[in-house]
Amino acid sequence: MTGPALHLAVEIDGDGAHPAAWRRAAHSPDQLLTPRRVAQVAAIAENAGFTLITLDDGVLPPGASPDPVGRIGAVERAAFVAASTSTIGIAPVVPVTYAEPFHVSSQLASLDHISAGRAGWVVTEEERPEAARVWGRPLIADAAARARESRDGVEVARALWDSWEDDAVIRSVVTSRYLDRERLHYIDFTGETYAVKGPAIVPRPPQGQLVVLGRPDRVPAAQLDVALVEGRDLASVATAAATAATPRVFAEVEVALDTPDATAAERVADLERHTSWTDRGWLRHVGSAGQLVARLAELSRHVDGVRLHPLVLDEDLPVLSRVVLPALSERRLAARPLPGTSLRSALGLERPANRFAAAAVAAQEDAR
Amino acid sequence: MTRTDPLDVPRPHAQLHFGVFFQGVNHWTIWSAPESGSQIDPASFRRVAQTAERGLFDALFLGEGLRLREVDGRIHDLDVAGRPDAITQLAALAAVTRRIGLVSTSNSTFNEPADLARRLSGLDLLSEGRAGWNVVTTDNAWTGANFRRGGYLDHADRYRRAEEFLTVARAMWDGWEEGAIADSALAREWSVRGAVRRVHHRGPQFDIDLAPTLPRSAQGQPVIFQAGDSGEGRDFAARNADVIFSAHGNDFDDALAFADDIRRRLRAIGRPDDDLRILPGTEIILGATEEDAQEKKHWIRLQQVTPATALGIAGLLWGIDLSDRDADGPLPKEDPVVTENDGSFGARRIADPRAVVAEWRAKAEAHGWSLRETVIALGPQRGHVGTPSGLADKFAHFVRHGAIDGFNVTPFLIPDGLDDIVDLLIPELQERGIYRTEYTGTTLRENLGLRAPLTHRSALDRRQAG
Repeated sequence: MTGPALHLAVEIDGDGAHPAAWRRAAHSPDQLLTPRRVAQVAAIAENAGFTLITLDDGVLPPGASPDPVGRIGAVERAAFVAASTSTIGIAPVVPVTYAEPFHVSSQLASLDHISAGRAGWVVTEEERPEAARVWGRPLIADAAARARESRDGVEVARALWDSWEDDAVIRSVVTSRYLDRERLHYIDFTGETYAVKGPAIVPRPPQGQLVVLGRPDRVPAAQLDVALVEGRDLASVATAAATAATPRVFAEVEVALDTPDATAAERVADLERHTSWTDRGWLRHVGSAGQLVARLAELSRHVDGVRLHPLVLDEDLPVLSRVVLPALSERRLAARPLPGTSLRSALGLERPANRFAAAAVAAQEDAR
Repeated sequence: MTRTDPLDVPRPHAQLHFGVFFQGVNHWTIWSAPESGSQIDPASFRRVAQTAERGLFDALFLGEGLRLREVDGRIHDLDVAGRPDAITQLAALAAVTRRIGLVSTSNSTFNEPADLARRLSGLDLLSEGRAGWNVVTTDNAWTGANFRRGGYLDHADRYRRAEEFLTVARAMWDGWEEGAIADSALAREWSVRGAVRRVHHRGPQFDIDLAPTLPRSAQGQPVIFQAGDSGEGRDFAARNADVIFSAHGNDFDDALAFADDIRRRLRAIGRPDDDLRILPGTEIILGATEEDAQEKKHWIRLQQVTPATALGIAGLLWGIDLSDRDADGPLPKEDPVVTENDGSFGARRIADPRAVVAEWRAKAEAHGWSLRETVIALGPQRGHVGTPSGLADKFAHFVRHGAIDGFNVTPFLIPDGLDDIVDLLIPELQERGIYRTEYTGTTLRENLGLRAPLTHRSALDRRQAG
């Protein structure tokens, strides 16, 4: 807990949190997977003053027919968005249940370079067994094994981000050396199921380490910068937040808001005629913007931030932008990220020391 | 060079296509000049991409190496290193460019089709049909040490895996029919029933069952690039690729022999022999006069081949560590040590070091060259040096005689190395009618003048095209 101001994140995948959200979208379905759409939603979130957007992903289709079954990869969308925004933080969802941690680490480090330090990473799992057949890899069958893969994947990515010290590129014309190889480090990771040598092929990210977000019951707290906590009511969110043991805690909040055209309840009911809204055990606000502001004010006493999951982006994002964020801002319950700052700074997190550089300095001091 | 009647040539209307390669991890990229920019700052990439687009280039091409280069077990520290992930960087460039193709070098050994084909597809959609994939393979355990499966692939299997990989990737890219997504929010279903085909594949390399998650892009499929120079690599390109990079672009006869060989391989498998674009990699060094250009080349070579780099290149040839020798002194007296290269470093392999050393000795003696001068004069040669109008004449001859379809240019300076080419050479090429004056299409496939993806052609198309 850092103070009264709440950090605001918003998940912008697809057409919204409801599987049938596409039916109320302001565009036709065939416009969803276009660069124009991807850039437009990110711009609205940035203009509204959100600190962070997240982009959901996974190797399986995002839903099942009659709902959307297509999705552009989150890292690609994040990079595209990074080049068309300037201030907002950007965190793709990237599971490492089957993915190569070396590639994931490179991709995310690159995203941080591209965005000048605005990148984060939402760690999730590929839970469904079909994912193994998509990857063509042996099934990671149970929850404990998936947690192990997440733990090892994050460990490898973080070690690789430190495998170049910040000043490894020395461009020493006199000695003809571009790199100081003493400032590059093999990570020599050996886990239960695989090993990774290093060093990275991408220089250290501008933030040193990207902001890593995830569920504290699925990823070790020591590896997370931001815990994403769940609970259907304020009390259970508060309990989860109190035990998270991470530098920052965000609550997952699904929101359906009254719009000029329909009440939130009417809009939900309309979509429920087609597909039911998946119950993820998260806080759910169905009501007015004013009520949401009041609930967020309450929440701000227990968490550092919220990740909002709007029912229908095209309907709820405008209300968040026009009413909710300005109201929070007026009451100093939320602050816009400052131009030119990293996502870490926006969240009040320090830039971490490099584990290998710190070890080298310690060894030098021991030798004295 | 003799000027020929432009119409009395095999391909009077041939057009040059240019790509730009950003950036090899090798000594060709000069990092020591004060104007050398960052190799990782997104501004460098944007600058090069936008300059290339101003010059109506077909493509920007990013390299990849999945392990930092080492020599004798130590990280190689003399050359530029540290690059962004190619697809991630290109997705960002898609937002700040409009027409230029965005080509990623991505490894078919240490990736899985479901992941890589989807990432390429995403890039293709975000760029509205401008993505390309330069297919590369790796077999060694040294690179595998960074990956879950380790070094699992035999040398002989690397192209087999690449080919099977492409088969799966194309099935994924073709998995959605045209118009698979509803065009109205009032539709009963988001995707048209039956318009998405699952991919079941069981082969020696992959056992996969998936539902493709992306529609076709504006160009149908990403454009396939390939750079292998071995017979196996050329056959792979003839069967699978749309564009081939080569190292045969300096000498006209050598370039023509390579192009003829590729055309022969294309005909042998029943593809039209103009179905592959041949783009040798090259450096282009321009000067206001021939002397200026040669002087500039000399300066560039001195920047590229520093004393330490000269000793490093010679050390690889001799098979011994020469880093404590004097680069400005004579060649080493020792005979080269011929060792089996275990493939454990990302450096050049030299076929017959004894013969090369003998040649170097003879020429160095004859000219009184130092070791560094010898490396500069006899080391890997590449590039075209001359005035804009002189090179334009030369390139017209190359392209009109079917020796090349263009070049993949490696600028020796980042990010300004393309400026002279775009500002001085391109207008000369345009004047000669061998270079477009505006983009001819919106997709990479259209700009390269390519036919539909191989898996989209009916048997009839193929007969007609042949």
